[in-house]
Amino acid sequence: MHKNLLLVVLASAILLAACVPVGTFQIVSGLPLDGHKKTLTIFAAASLTEAFNELATSFEAENPGVNVILNFAGSQQLAQQIIQGAPVDVFASASHKQMEIATLSGRIDRKNVSIFANNRLVVIFPEDNPASLGSLADLAKPGLKLGLAAQAVPVGQYSLEFLMSASKESGFGSFYKDEVLANVVTYEQTVKAVLSKVILGEVDAGIVYASDAWEPSASKLGRMAIPDALNPIASYTIATLNDSFHTDLGNSFVAFVLSPPGQEILAKNGLLPILTNH
Amino acid sequence: MIPIQPSSAPPVPFAPSKPRLQHMLSLLSLPILAFFTLPLVALFLRITPEEFITYLNQPQVIQAVLLSLFTTLAATLVSILLGTPLAYAMGRGFFRYQRLIDTLIDLPLVLPPAVAGVALLMTFGRRGLLGGALDILGIQIPFTPLAVVMAQTFVAASFYIKSAALGFASIDPELEQAAGLDGASNWQTFRFVIVPLSWTALFSGGVMTWARALGEFGATIIFAGNYPGRTQTMPLAIYIGFELDLNVALTLSVILVGFSFMALFLAKRILRVKK
Repeated sequence: MHKNLLLVVLASAILLAACVPVGTFQIVSGLPLDGHKKTLTIFAAASLTEAFNELATSFEAENPGVNVILNFAGSQQLAQQIIQGAPVDVFASASHKQMEIATLSGRIDRKNVSIFANNRLVVIFPEDNPASLGSLADLAKPGLKLGLAAQAVPVGQYSLEFLMSASKESGFGSFYKDEVLANVVTYEQTVKAVLSKVILGEVDAGIVYASDAWEPSASKLGRMAIPDALNPIASYTIATLNDSFHTDLGNSFVAFVLSPPGQEILAKNGLLPILTNH
Repeated sequence: MIPIQPSSAPPVPFAPSKPRLQHMLSLLSLPILAFFTLPLVALFLRITPEEFITYLNQPQVIQAVLLSLFTTLAATLVSILLGTPLAYAMGRGFFRYQRLIDTLIDLPLVLPPAVAGVALLMTFGRRGLLGGALDILGIQIPFTPLAVVMAQTFVAASFYIKSAALGFASIDPELEQAAGLDGASNWQTFRFVIVPLSWTALFSGGVMTWARALGEFGATIIFAGNYPGRTQTMPLAIYIGFELDLNVALTLSVILVGFSFMALFLAKRILRVKK
């Protein structure tokens, strides 16, 4: 009986271990398991998840022997991890501010930072529109449940900027920002957490990037555009770290992101490419 | 929390006679103790007393401390009220499927709290299993302090239940029967026989539940969200603070370590005195 139990436990442990992608061990050991493969570790803003997964796949295909490991989180969290010394080759941030914070660590040179895409905000709501949102002004309706990202998260900061500029417009009224903020029930850690709470229908509305409302899983969402005049443009920046073991490889990934094929992948995932001649 | 203490049984033959072994064991215990202690010391070294006082007076910090105290006390109370009947039934072996129920009680202890958060959302969320029914009654749980208490109770109640069940099981049933024969009602038996005899187990279980609730993070952030003063408990404020203002995170961490250490240490003292 006990022997059998032990066997079951052992078997489950082996199964579990088999499910862990090889990359995990490489992160843990800091060394590639396969001596021929070069590992490029990229920290990227949560809102870049779909775009960077696709970019990484293309990059790996073009550079045989290269293994790209992606780590997605709120840019503010990634910036803190970089300051605390996390081993990473490339950082892609959803805001200048968080890139700036990361450069303070001395691990990134300002001259290496380039803008590679822009993003805009969009208001999303569950498909059946439980709060009967008809216009942006309705976000101030008393009793509405709104989910925002925390101010530390770039998209949370941009959301506040949108509310502030709207409050200066006669169409919204000067109390618009305060009225909308009174409806906030949660300040989430990443833009993806806001998205999840809206998709689950736990909140009546949320503010995310256009690229987040773009993905297939978000198809069950209602969307409301924010006019360009009020829409803060989020500039995404990217840089290779000075202390990367693969500076060349990191630089060629950055170059790939900035190249026409890279920009096309970004555009395909709802981001605004910076190459307009393409 | 079963206190680790030398057993009061007759002296084990080898213990006093081998000082060399004792020394060696003390030496071998050092690495793990240092591993536990150093990070805590580092936490305290990183923030000066002046900074600590300054940040302690920030509304965000005060709100988080008060909310944590209020919700964890509520969660502990709920765990005791709802957990005691179950613990007694378990301790007396009243259930037909004792092992199955015991496993159910263990489950919240080993599940990742994030799983608990998602599960609670799927049950009590607006679109959850019971969400529709609750909505009709005008009750919406997510993003409220009630959601925080529920998340804490879900992950922490088992500590109390398990400890209380062990305590109840250790009472000789004949004592209860005797009290009954002497004319005590069920409540009187419980109040004057069972509780005094199992007091240490109930108390230490309650303290463990409280301490675990105080540290609860994953289930809370998913089920209750994060709103300062409403659902942002100390662990959530630490997480946010780490990204926004490291000193807020450090101040709250120091408070949390202090609270937990004091509670556990005092509980051990009280238990010794009671014995």
